[in-house]
Amino acid sequence: MSASSASRVLIGKVGLDGHDRGVKVVARILRDAGFEVIYTGLFQTPATIAAAAVDEDVDLVGLSMLSGAHMTLAPAVVAELRARGCNAPVVVGGIIPAQHIQRLKDAGVAAVLTPGAPADQVVAVVRQVLDDAAALH
Amino acid sequence: MSNSREIWQQAFEASATREADYSTMSGVPLEPVYGQADGAGEYPGQFPFTRGPYASMYRSKLWTMRMFAGFGTADDTNWRFKEIIKSGGDGLSTAFDMPTLLGLDSDDPMSLGEVGRCGVAIDTLADMEDLYAGIDLGATTTSMTINSPAAPIFAMFIAQAEKAGTTRARLGGTLQNDILKEYQAQKEFVFPPRQSMRLVRDTISFTAAEMPRWHSVSISGYHIREAGSTAAEELAFTLANGFAYVELAMKAGLPIDSFAPRLSFFFNAHIDFFEEIAKYRAARRIWARWLRERYGAQLERSLQLRFHTQTAGVSLTAQQPEVNIVRTAIEALAGVLGGTQSLHTNSMDEAMALPTEKSARIALRTQQVIAYETNVAHVADPLGGSYFVEALTDEMERQAEELFAHLDALGGGSLLEGCIRGIEENWFQGRIADSAFDLERKINRGDRVVVGVNRFTEGNDDSSMELLEITNEDEARQLKRLDVVRHDRNQAAIDEVLARLAAEAADPEVNLMPCLIEAAGAYASLGEIMGAMGSVFGRHVEVPVI
Repeated sequence: MSASSASRVLIGKVGLDGHDRGVKVVARILRDAGFEVIYTGLFQTPATIAAAAVDEDVDLVGLSMLSGAHMTLAPAVVAELRARGCNAPVVVGGIIPAQHIQRLKDAGVAAVLTPGAPADQVVAVVRQVLDDAAALH
Repeated sequence: MSNSREIWQQAFEASATREADYSTMSGVPLEPVYGQADGAGEYPGQFPFTRGPYASMYRSKLWTMRMFAGFGTADDTNWRFKEIIKSGGDGLSTAFDMPTLLGLDSDDPMSLGEVGRCGVAIDTLADMEDLYAGIDLGATTTSMTINSPAAPIFAMFIAQAEKAGTTRARLGGTLQNDILKEYQAQKEFVFPPRQSMRLVRDTISFTAAEMPRWHSVSISGYHIREAGSTAAEELAFTLANGFAYVELAMKAGLPIDSFAPRLSFFFNAHIDFFEEIAKYRAARRIWARWLRERYGAQLERSLQLRFHTQTAGVSLTAQQPEVNIVRTAIEALAGVLGGTQSLHTNSMDEAMALPTEKSARIALRTQQVIAYETNVAHVADPLGGSYFVEALTDEMERQAEELFAHLDALGGGSLLEGCIRGIEENWFQGRIADSAFDLERKINRGDRVVVGVNRFTEGNDDSSMELLEITNEDEARQLKRLDVVRHDRNQAAIDEVLARLAAEAADPEVNLMPCLIEAAGAYASLGEIMGAMGSVFGRHVEVPVI
């Protein structure tokens, strides 16, 4: 078992998007894989996500985004986290067009998961991102 | 004494029929419907309507090809609407952006990044005027997918149409206005459930009195299924919500036959072909029986369940997206064989973005192939009498009745109370999440095949598809438009009507529709109107559960 398995992960919905099927499925996948999962619920802002990440002292933040607002909101979450001195990496999952993936990474998002990503890929990506972050800090 | 076939024959002969060659491609003439050799058994247009609401079904009128569209500003969407009408689409269906769905103005801080992204941004009557500019609303029917702010958006729609010269009595269309499924599945809620239901009651009463061509609620299973339910749960939760609206309106003193004919339904067409067809057939039968036996409806129109179908967005894959055309065609066919009254077909690129004009056209063409090339619309309920489909229809009904029994008990003999308690206790939400996770595990284990996702993945690297890009310029343009409206209107009139709206909201006996129409006509913004009501109604907060 990787050292990162017991990590604390905050999974959130930012903005006005109410689609919560994916976020709940991913939360359960991560919980079943041994992570400690905190789900924020709907309608969070970048500031409330970042504040919760700090309060809960999480190792990673996962955002589920299906409304098309990812290019505005995901970088804003990264900025709010860093402004609070939180280095937790951010992973985005949802309806993300291929041409946006690199731009999100340039804006500080660690990884992007797109529709159809199987459970083992979700877990592997989260572990990889956590290992990379641990190596950096 | 006539048998069912003879009764059906009389009804069929009394119906107008379309001109078409009703024979197979090789010249075999086709009957409008087939049944038992002795002429007994159920026929289309006969209680409990398992085989269809009408005797003549698509021989009188094909389903309405109603394509859902909306993006950017009202101007952008108006242009797409006109393209749809030009391409042979015959009904409009409006998609609103997230801020509008939640009753927020485009300049609300929460709207940042969401304006015009997955639908059209509507802030005031001015946007509504642009949205339908140049479209004859007395001649086409309009559907609006709006729920929490359904009443104020509907008020803007009426104000706009009347300003353009179409009286409200002539307006035909559908307001989704199905708030219960928002708490259960779609999650675009604003006010708490009981306060929201008051607005639904007001729209039902208002349309029953003043808008005979309008469908006040489109009771929607689509989102329940998209959120992860099974077919039987979609069926049961949707119909239970329908019973809840019936009880709501009856409690308000409306006779059932005064509003039940204007309730319509909206179901998903998922990829399990026969299960979907069985679901539609079971839905008609259950609705007819419950409306007659439990609620005492007598008008045939009250008993006939009519529905819109949309193919399953959740069945689309980002991998090898062209394959989605095939999925959508199969799903659309299920809707047609199940007897849908209108249909939206998804576009192949919707697992990645809003559709491009080209992909939306292919989706419409898919319906046209089914309608005009395959001959499947010639015969009503073509699968009726199949041992398999009849057994599956019975099974859908049985499973749904079990779920109704649970909700009835939860509500102490009231489906209205049962549905609200089921929401408050997270019962619906939990069941839907469990079913979604079950399916996910099956896909992960490979027990359920999804082409391009867990099997047949060669070709997944090709990501050359062109996608619609919504720029931030739309957001900037919309903010400017809203600024201009705020500047040009009479602020004193706005303040007065909003204060009156809040006062009326505090009195549960008052119907809010007239005041909402007045507020819309004064160019009060959606956010201001929702704010005035919210000051009385409060906000709903969901307890997050995984």
